[in-house]
Amino acid sequence: MEKLVTLIPLFPLVGFLYIIFLGKGLSKNLIGGIGSGAILLSFITSIAVFSTQLGGGNPTIVKVFDWITAGSLDIDIAFIVDPLSTIYLLFITGVGFLIHVYSIGYMHDDEGFNRFIAYLNFFVFFMLILVLGDSYVTMFVGWEGVGLCSFMLIGFWYKDMKNNDAAKKAFVINRIGDLGLIIGMCMIFMQTGTLKYDDLFITGSESSSLNGWYLHAAAIFLFIGAMGKSAQIPLHTWLPDAMAGPTPVSALIHAATMVTAGIYMVARSSDIFAASEIASNVVVWAGLLTAILGATVALTQNDIKKVLAYSTVSQLGFMFVALGLGAYSIAVFHVITHAFFKALLFLGSGSVIHGMGGEQDIRRMGGLKKYMPTTHLTFLIGTIAISGIPPLAGFFSKDQIIAFAFEENMFVFVILSAASALTAFYMFRLYFLTFHGKFRGTHDQEHHLHESPKVMTIPLVVLAVLSIFGGLIGFPHALGHTIHFHHWLDHALEKTVVMPFLDMSLNVELVLMLLATVIAAASIFFAYNKYVTKGELALEDKDIKSSTHKTLAAKYYFDEIYDALIRKPIDAASAFFAKVIEPTFIDGLVRSVSTIPTGLGNVAKLAQNGKLVMYVMAMIIGLILILITLL
Amino acid sequence: MLTEYAFWFLSFVAFFSAAFMIITKNPVYSVLSLILTFFSIAGHYFLLNAQFLAAVHIIVYAGAIMVLFLYVIMMLNLNTLEEEKKSTWMKALSVVAGGILLFVLLGIVRRTDELTVIAAANGADCGLVENLGKALYRDFLIPFELASVLFLGAMVGAVYLSKKELV
Amino acid sequence: MELLPNITINHYLLVSVALFSLGILGILLRRNAIIMFMCIELMLNAVNLMLVAFSKMWGQTDAQVFVFFIMVVAAAEVAVGLAILMMLYRNMNTTSTDVLDKLKW
Repeated sequence: MEKLVTLIPLFPLVGFLYIIFLGKGLSKNLIGGIGSGAILLSFITSIAVFSTQLGGGNPTIVKVFDWITAGSLDIDIAFIVDPLSTIYLLFITGVGFLIHVYSIGYMHDDEGFNRFIAYLNFFVFFMLILVLGDSYVTMFVGWEGVGLCSFMLIGFWYKDMKNNDAAKKAFVINRIGDLGLIIGMCMIFMQTGTLKYDDLFITGSESSSLNGWYLHAAAIFLFIGAMGKSAQIPLHTWLPDAMAGPTPVSALIHAATMVTAGIYMVARSSDIFAASEIASNVVVWAGLLTAILGATVALTQNDIKKVLAYSTVSQLGFMFVALGLGAYSIAVFHVITHAFFKALLFLGSGSVIHGMGGEQDIRRMGGLKKYMPTTHLTFLIGTIAISGIPPLAGFFSKDQIIAFAFEENMFVFVILSAASALTAFYMFRLYFLTFHGKFRGTHDQEHHLHESPKVMTIPLVVLAVLSIFGGLIGFPHALGHTIHFHHWLDHALEKTVVMPFLDMSLNVELVLMLLATVIAAASIFFAYNKYVTKGELALEDKDIKSSTHKTLAAKYYFDEIYDALIRKPIDAASAFFAKVIEPTFIDGLVRSVSTIPTGLGNVAKLAQNGKLVMYVMAMIIGLILILITLL
Repeated sequence: MLTEYAFWFLSFVAFFSAAFMIITKNPVYSVLSLILTFFSIAGHYFLLNAQFLAAVHIIVYAGAIMVLFLYVIMMLNLNTLEEEKKSTWMKALSVVAGGILLFVLLGIVRRTDELTVIAAANGADCGLVENLGKALYRDFLIPFELASVLFLGAMVGAVYLSKKELV
Repeated sequence: MELLPNITINHYLLVSVALFSLGILGILLRRNAIIMFMCIELMLNAVNLMLVAFSKMWGQTDAQVFVFFIMVVAAAEVAVGLAILMMLYRNMNTTSTDVLDKLKW
């Protein structure tokens, strides 16, 4: 049964190839159907494979083919079937399927529709390779592939230069992270001689040989890779710019799947991180900084997708804090619930944008709830979920992270709680400004407003349901034993390291839950008060007075700092090379191949001046030289 | 004894008239001094008992070739000074080259120490007409005949080359 | 009969070499084509002298036959050479070899 896992990435790959090569002239619905159908088949197969792991079965390696055999280096493409990879499979293919269906409606009028569906399939293929890989190398293949597809999809509307710039930015920053990942992989390989999870973690024999500064350095470099892919400070600047891509792309790649690849990698390398105190601390502080930073910037953004982008950055910070503190399975749990409600929120915003005819600024929206009821309701559910109101999904996962922090580190607990409160506030700000109040757009937009077609709203509904009930798989230990998600996952990850798990008493846990709920409710009340009761509106750019507001709106000037520190020197250096070194030395060197012989020739030709006497003289001198040898 | 003096005398005459030939500006003087050189060389031939060659030398060289040269000079009316100034360093270089050549050649011919005396017991007669004729017509007959073909070619060439183009 | 008891072959070689060098010097120094020709004849004669001396030394006639043929060739060469010189004069109106510098770069 586990052998079916080789089929799972195959379906989207075939879908991609088919659409690219044979898709010309087919109707859009058919293309959309092929694309979505491929993902659906993968989903069904994933369920089958997942079911083998439910009983806490042993991880299985399914080999696909040998790739590189060079001396002692033996790399093959193989898939690992264990709880971590199969759970990722489920939500990647599940959410992916819903987003494919959604894009049939969203991109319906776009001329590049075929390309879009094909790229989405291609992306899912690589993501599946990433989570299914049984060694760092296979994972890296998928890692790079999703980076490539992200680039292609962000710059999907390539005719506008801004989109291309955003795509380039995403790719370059990803690449910086990838460098860290490669260095980390090399360090692991240097010390242990293998990159397979089997050897390193599961059988447990090899990872213990990773020690000393190799261990810490490898862990930190791996985390740098995760930083690039999952948009942690300081490599986070690409994610908001990546909103230039179509909304389904933002939903799939930048909410549910690609950005969670970093979490996956750290979770997979949990043995290494658990053994390295330094690296885990780095992860915690990086995640914490990201969480609070993302939350504060999101307060001031006025583009629907940008708010959601910073929210993603912030939530990813939460996940990394969990990872750094040692709560690996809780982080994965949050990944899953986050995938549900963030995809829902993005798709909902896509629906809003679709209805508004392309407008994304919430200052031009308002009162949409009576025009787009389904979208409104599902968006509201998503907002409640992300704010952490029980019993929706977001509450369980976020609360457990905060509780874990309470146990481990009080400072982290306080900051995370603050970030949670801010999350609730800015999400509801977004909700109120978009759906409540009076409509603030143009007259034409008002006429155009309509609910989205069913092919777009049905995925919204499905995701809303998942957001409501999806949290129950991780019901806290203290309250009851319905589904042992954490134990199940911990079991897979805990081969050599004993995972810390929540051991607080029922009372403490209940108090914490209550506290989290109260804080969230208070934030919602503040938001309601400000935007609905008082009817305040988001400020126009020219009206921003306070410098704090300005800094936050300018994203803490990260882009500007990078520009000055990195881009300008590199530009200057390359200008120097292009204008000075290149023409003088390189061109000169090439041209010298012609100028030197020409110069020599010009000198040598003076010997041929045609005068008889010179030739005779030359002959005589030659004769003398020959005769000298006879002396 | 006398012949020794004759040898030295002839050598000096040959040398100096050759030197005069290359120094003088007047082509007619050059020709005349070259004729003098040829006569002295013919004298050397006589001393070496190469009688036939001496005679032929005078007849061919002094009598025919030099006369031809004189004809050409007179036809071209070259008895006036015509040559332009040559650069001094050119002259110096030529003299140096010539001098070096002289010394190198001398150095080479120095090696022949063991062949000091021209004393061939039975070879004194080798220059006589009779012996030379025998050698020529017996051992070297074919080259002799081919020489006539050579002359034919030279004649034809000379006549053809100097024909005036009929306008 | 021994005409020259104290004259060695070296003397003849010296004379011959001296005349030969004079011939070469003449070619290098003079630019009149006719004079250059005559210097060539001088060189040939120097060689002839050396050949005859050797012939006397070894007592064989081969060298003298060689001299004979050298004279033949010299005669033919002068005939043709002077004809060429005439053509040169006709075209360039001078016998200086400095005008013959068209085969250059």
